[in-house]
Amino acid sequence: MLKVFKYSFLDLMRNRWTIAYALFFALCSAGLLYLSGDGNKVIVSAMNIVLLLVPLVSVIYGQMYLYQVREYVELLLAQPISRKAIFMGYYLGISTALSLSLLVGFMLPALLLQPSYLLNTNWLLLIVIAVVLTFIFTGLACWLVLKYDNRLKGFGAGLFIWLLLAVLYDGAILVILLLLEDYPLEKLALVLSMLNPIDMGRMLLIFQLDYSALMGYTGAVFSHFFGTRLGGFILTFGFGVWLSFPIVLLLSKARKKDF
Amino acid sequence: MIHFKNISKSFGKNLVLQNVDLQINTPGIFALLGPNGSGKTTLIKTFMGMVCANSGEILFNQQVVSGNEYRKKISYLPQIARFPENLTPLEFFDFIEKLRGPAPRKEELIHWFNIEAFLHKTLRNLSGGTRQKINLVSCLMYNNPVLILDEPSTGLDPVAMLKLKKWILAESQQGKQIILCSHLMDFVQELADEVIFMLDGEVHYRGNQHQLLAQTNTQTLEEAIANLLSEPKAQLVC
Repeated sequence: MLKVFKYSFLDLMRNRWTIAYALFFALCSAGLLYLSGDGNKVIVSAMNIVLLLVPLVSVIYGQMYLYQVREYVELLLAQPISRKAIFMGYYLGISTALSLSLLVGFMLPALLLQPSYLLNTNWLLLIVIAVVLTFIFTGLACWLVLKYDNRLKGFGAGLFIWLLLAVLYDGAILVILLLLEDYPLEKLALVLSMLNPIDMGRMLLIFQLDYSALMGYTGAVFSHFFGTRLGGFILTFGFGVWLSFPIVLLLSKARKKDF
Repeated sequence: MIHFKNISKSFGKNLVLQNVDLQINTPGIFALLGPNGSGKTTLIKTFMGMVCANSGEILFNQQVVSGNEYRKKISYLPQIARFPENLTPLEFFDFIEKLRGPAPRKEELIHWFNIEAFLHKTLRNLSGGTRQKINLVSCLMYNNPVLILDEPSTGLDPVAMLKLKKWILAESQQGKQIILCSHLMDFVQELADEVIFMLDGEVHYRGNQHQLLAQTNTQTLEEAIANLLSEPKAQLVC
């Protein structure tokens, strides 16, 4: 697995799109750091970019790369190496290359413009959430490539998953909350948020930034929940499940797939 | 020794292999021929573990094929030469060596196919013919008893083609089993000891070239194959 990881990572780090991805985040974070004086505002602005773009780029870029090397994967399948090692190697290679681009994109401007950010917990938490989302959505991309031989269907499914989790899900929650406004819904809202990794990331950051007061009573419930040890445990567990779920799908598909 | 025992495979409703029973016991060059979609590549991929058969089993050296280790004794050349675009050929060979161990004939083959000048260029900048030479080097650089070559002549210039033929013949003389898939009948005619002809997922003919030419009353393999294709199925089965 590590051998496949090493060479796919090397290939990806020389890819111009990986470099462009790092440059994009470097320009965004440099612009935000340069123009905004308030630390939390910078992080909230960066958070909105991260939560929308990181899942999208991870899905599309992961799929583009794997569809491109699909025939080459057949050559690897003829080597004395397991399918698990090949696909885990690729999954880790793509996720790590994209994560490294994110790290460079966020850390380099901070180092040059406001070095204090390198030790800012909120800034670091934003980067950690971006990396976790990268691993989750790259895993989904790898699974989709194995599931759909037809690229159009694969990209369509990838975009649908992104649209569902990044855009539609919040709208659906809002509709549910409005329809059931006569009932106490704080716990339901909490559970629904835990089912979406993008929402989990958003919640975690908002409460870390202490903006929960703006959300009234719900904010107080959420704030209380995230402040407890159980809350922390459930959140870690939620991210753990979301990280494992695409890998289980990927490995199960890789085991039976005909190439 | 390779033995396909009643292998069947379907993709959805499309039956690609139908109870294929085929043994390759002796050394030599075996041409696996047939029209597009006849099941040649699927049969090879079943042996390499890339396609899972619906029924039947494959024996390699009297043992049922399973796991990954048996592939160490097989050199496989895929039909399409695609590589990680941003690596150099040297890095690619290095990667294969990390997976399979040191390749004793790498330098010799690099020189044989005259690709020294391309070793440090990224693979995306190489022509189709050069990529095919890289593909050939990565396959042939191990001294394995079984070689499976799927369209090895694709994109090669006449000089490289001549060298490839020489190399394959030399391998055959060392007592190896070589399975060759190609649509270039001149190429096959020069090399093959035996012809295995597949049609609609079944082995319809197996025999040496002289027998085939005599049986179909033709002069070239191309004519013989055309003759086989125009015959009713019942008459083709050997």
